[in-house]
Amino acid sequence: MSTTPLVDQLKGGLDAPICLTWELTYACNLECVHCLSSSGRRDPRELSTAEAKAVLDELRDLQVFYINIGGGEPMIRRDFFELVEHSIDNGIGVKFSTNGAFIDAEKARRLTAMDYLDIQISLDGTDAVTNDAVRGDGSYDTAIRAMEHLRDAGFGEFKISVVVTRHNVDQLDEFKALADSFGAQLRITRLRPSGRGADSWHDLHPTAAQQVQIYHWLLAHVDDVLTGDSFFHLNALGEEPLPGLNMCGAGRVVCLIDPIGDVYACPFVIHDEFKAGSVRDAGGFAQVWKQSELFTELREPQSAGACASCGSYDACQGGCMAAKFFTGIPLDGPDPECVSGHGEAALLAASAVTVPKPAMDHSKPRRVPVTIGRR
Amino acid sequence: MLDRTLSLNPQVALRPEPFGALAYHYGNRKLIFLKHPDVVRVVEALDGQATIAATLTACDIDEPRWPSFASALAALEASEMLHEHDATR
Repeated sequence: MSTTPLVDQLKGGLDAPICLTWELTYACNLECVHCLSSSGRRDPRELSTAEAKAVLDELRDLQVFYINIGGGEPMIRRDFFELVEHSIDNGIGVKFSTNGAFIDAEKARRLTAMDYLDIQISLDGTDAVTNDAVRGDGSYDTAIRAMEHLRDAGFGEFKISVVVTRHNVDQLDEFKALADSFGAQLRITRLRPSGRGADSWHDLHPTAAQQVQIYHWLLAHVDDVLTGDSFFHLNALGEEPLPGLNMCGAGRVVCLIDPIGDVYACPFVIHDEFKAGSVRDAGGFAQVWKQSELFTELREPQSAGACASCGSYDACQGGCMAAKFFTGIPLDGPDPECVSGHGEAALLAASAVTVPKPAMDHSKPRRVPVTIGRR
Repeated sequence: MLDRTLSLNPQVALRPEPFGALAYHYGNRKLIFLKHPDVVRVVEALDGQATIAATLTACDIDEPRWPSFASALAALEASEMLHEHDATR
């Protein structure tokens, strides 16, 4: 019925984001090697409870239907439940990502009692060896224990969220079986070279053959696996597109608020170049979303650049902006994981440029053995 | 379809957008794009009208366009955005 295709209209931006991620804290009990936000230590500039509630009130006025809360580990914040309740009471549904460390039997019951709340437990392997290599010692057991608590409390359908890597790609069926055994929903997402992921991406990202494997696995599971729309670069592999909007939503339908209130184009680009402003600025979040220079620019038609002559551009849209940026590939170049094979040359060319580093690093300091005494 | 009585599910919120509106169902978490301002007008007008045909008339929608509205509304019913009204007409 409409004259312009929806995707073109969405590229021009919405009045408010559909999908807003809010990392509540940089503090985390874990230190995953692919952490998008290089989390570990709390930032002293973190938004206060009052500031966070004011942002929620603003999101309510903008009619943001739901938010994705993450971190760091969001449950570390002492006001976690207070903020979640404030959000839900204001008609903003909450989906939060957690490693599960703070979900005991009591918390599981408390979470179960809340409406409009979804929980995603992060897990990157169906066995402790595979998972803990990425997420740290003991993290597999922690996640499974949290799932057991949620099941025992009768939470219902929580989500298990998996970042697909070279080492767990063969476990996709097992992840599905694990989710089924808990009455949970499986969600798989793409590994990005963002945050600490910049250092681990080259060792962890799926091989070209594995990308084909992921594409076919997803096609076979379109109805029962969530992806957060994150694999659209794979659409160049076949006639049949994966479900979803098939576009980069950064600054158009998606954005990130970080723990100190800075607003970035998406959760994968915590870097000054993609910082649109702060919720602490005059005019607050709404002003940043509606008028920031960066978001205005992202909503203008983007050049296909080096991909313009490729027949697959309509299918893959040139891939992920963040994946290019943090591997040193120009933004109008191919995705580093381009399924038509253009990524390798681009990565090679990029090896001579300085790859941008994330804006902030909240990783815990390395423990170096200290020798005490005289020389 | 045209003689049926549908209304917006109370669990659904509409948010105006340049292309029409977004409809979000807090119960089933579905998000639907209403891709034309006329569809939004019709959906908002459903309440208080006896039938879909009456709503379309009230909204000044030309009859040749009715079938496409009927299918758009049927899709919205399938995703539980709209539901059958109590047949107390």
